[in-house]
Amino acid sequence: MSNSSIQGVVAPFDRDNIDTDQIIPTEYLKSIKKFGFGDYLFDGWRYLDQGRLGMIPSERSINQEFILNQPAFQSSTILLTRDNFGCGSSREHAVWALRDFGFQAVIASSFGDIFYNNCFKNQILPIQISKENITLLFELSTLGPQSFEISLIEQEIKAGNISMSFEVEANQINRIIHNLDDIDITLKNKERIELFEMNRRNARPWIFE
Amino acid sequence: MKSTLYDKLWNEHLVHANDSGEALIYIDRHYLHEVTSPQAFEGLRYKNLVPWRLNANIATPDHNVPTTRGKSFTADSIEDEISKIQVVELDKNCHEFNIQQFDIESPEQGIVHVMGPELGYTLPGMTIVCGDSHTSTHGAFGCLAMGIGTSEVEHVLATQCLQISKLKNMQVIFEGQPRAGVTSKDIVLYLIKLIGTAGGTSHAMEFSGSYIDSISMESRMTICNMAIEAGAKVGLIGVDQITLDYVKSHSSLSSENLNLAQNFWKTLRSDDGAIFDKKINIDVALIKPQVTWGTSPEMTIDFDAKIPVESNTPKDELENFKLAKAYMGLEDAETLKDLSFNRVFIGSCTNSRIEDLRLAAGVIKGQKVSEKITEAIVVPGSGMVKAQAEAEGLDTIFKEAGFLWRDPGCSMCLGMNPDQLKPYERCASTSNRNFEGRQGNLGRTHLMSPIMAALTAIHGTISDPS
Ligand code: SF4
Repeated sequence: MSNSSIQGVVAPFDRDNIDTDQIIPTEYLKSIKKFGFGDYLFDGWRYLDQGRLGMIPSERSINQEFILNQPAFQSSTILLTRDNFGCGSSREHAVWALRDFGFQAVIASSFGDIFYNNCFKNQILPIQISKENITLLFELSTLGPQSFEISLIEQEIKAGNISMSFEVEANQINRIIHNLDDIDITLKNKERIELFEMNRRNARPWIFE
Repeated sequence: MKSTLYDKLWNEHLVHANDSGEALIYIDRHYLHEVTSPQAFEGLRYKNLVPWRLNANIATPDHNVPTTRGKSFTADSIEDEISKIQVVELDKNCHEFNIQQFDIESPEQGIVHVMGPELGYTLPGMTIVCGDSHTSTHGAFGCLAMGIGTSEVEHVLATQCLQISKLKNMQVIFEGQPRAGVTSKDIVLYLIKLIGTAGGTSHAMEFSGSYIDSISMESRMTICNMAIEAGAKVGLIGVDQITLDYVKSHSSLSSENLNLAQNFWKTLRSDDGAIFDKKINIDVALIKPQVTWGTSPEMTIDFDAKIPVESNTPKDELENFKLAKAYMGLEDAETLKDLSFNRVFIGSCTNSRIEDLRLAAGVIKGQKVSEKITEAIVVPGSGMVKAQAEAEGLDTIFKEAGFLWRDPGCSMCLGMNPDQLKPYERCASTSNRNFEGRQGNLGRTHLMSPIMAALTAIHGTISDPS
């Protein structure tokens, strides 16, 4: 399977410092599954009642104002936001919730480091661009719901008649394009790891005591 | 070539680097807890893999455990079905894969970042990972320690390595002597206020200077713990005699290995003249006790300062500012002293060590918790902290003042167990995150030191520690 472009409706969410507690509240960390978090994405903002694991949206009190509850954005695949998105806790559940909702890319001016890494393990592309470009995209979004097209190969966002490039490490983007498994990649180095470990055992025996 | 401590640790653990800058780093120690590990074990099972090196791994349940356990409490006694599933699942996984666990019945059980160093599992110069962002805590021992996601937990279990890119180097130099009543918590909150919650992003943040040289391992852990709140995945402090003394009294290494190790550990400092990408100098003597007013750790002020107002907030921060102020219910307050508190929480991997409990107990001795406070709890970070505090009679001081004395765990730091704020309750908390809903739906968290939290319990309001 290869995945060389992402297209779709952009949800503009104009806020800084959206932390992983906001993306998926603590309550839902109690699940031991890796899927099924989409209904709880941004739970504290998306619903007016207090959520519990297992609740279904049709039985909850919806916050109609919240962007993802507006009809135009319910099937968004690209999230546009501001600074330091995904800061805070290391919970990968935050990325699983974005993925399960249907997001394939998040565009921000900066990201929390751990969140950024977690994205690539789950087929979500985090795109970091300058604050000025972010502002430009938000301005575009005020004209009404927009569709962007993101080329992973060219590393380029096409939005209306604007196009802007972004940078992602080659290894990282290849994970998404070719849906690679990290453990498989690392285990290709099995002998190297074994040799390293043996030398380390001799040089620093206390680590292995 | 002069190297930073981070560079030394990186080189020491580098298994393989590929052309694009990504590297395989060998992992010495892997801590696990019940929240971020179940999906990783599931992955191993699915792929038919086993842990690469069993004795690298140490597990304990901490996030979900109730803190009113008393004696003969087992995982099955947990009332909340979903919390129970996670704790039981960790038991099952550790048994199945043969991983050493300090389970809920173990006298050593505790918050993984408090328990690990105390039991001597954190040793200088190690690479340490855990599916938890506050793994930066262990950097206080000159370790390359960082939080990882669940996919990476699975990856480390299966390969004993992590695929990462190198961070940049940042140096934070704290010089001078703190004022009375100012703790390492105030110092680190001040730093976060200064550089912001993204100030250290993509950097390893090394703390040094005469202030750092003068403080205990407990205080150093508090600072490295909150490096992540300043955006840095890695916090670091070089090894000195204080580190060595702590490790000697906590580790169970054979004397032969200990002697061998010590010679190496002494080299774990940045070389004089090593180059850092960013450098910050802070005069500690200028810092007053710090308290957060908003919903991000950078929304911090001096305890007696005016709460920021709209007119002096930069335009691009205005939206966040208004949201935070409304969430925290600050409409009528000019300073933090105008606020009445309902709850007090002394605990979390930031401030639940013996030194923290001593400080808090020192403040409240012989006094009573204010009638305005509906509940004040002290949650020791581990079984060892609890036992030590009881041996020193600190539990009696807390209980006589009207505090509740609890069993170890994360507790109200994130409220996965029954310890949660009710909507609109205002809490003086020694934890590390004041995010919306962190301590309970619509709860209002003010981060501060154990001294300030203890004082808030006595007066019901923020007060002057001097
Ligand atoms: S005490 Fe709080 S911050 Fe620390 S590990 Fe537990 S939940 Fe995380």
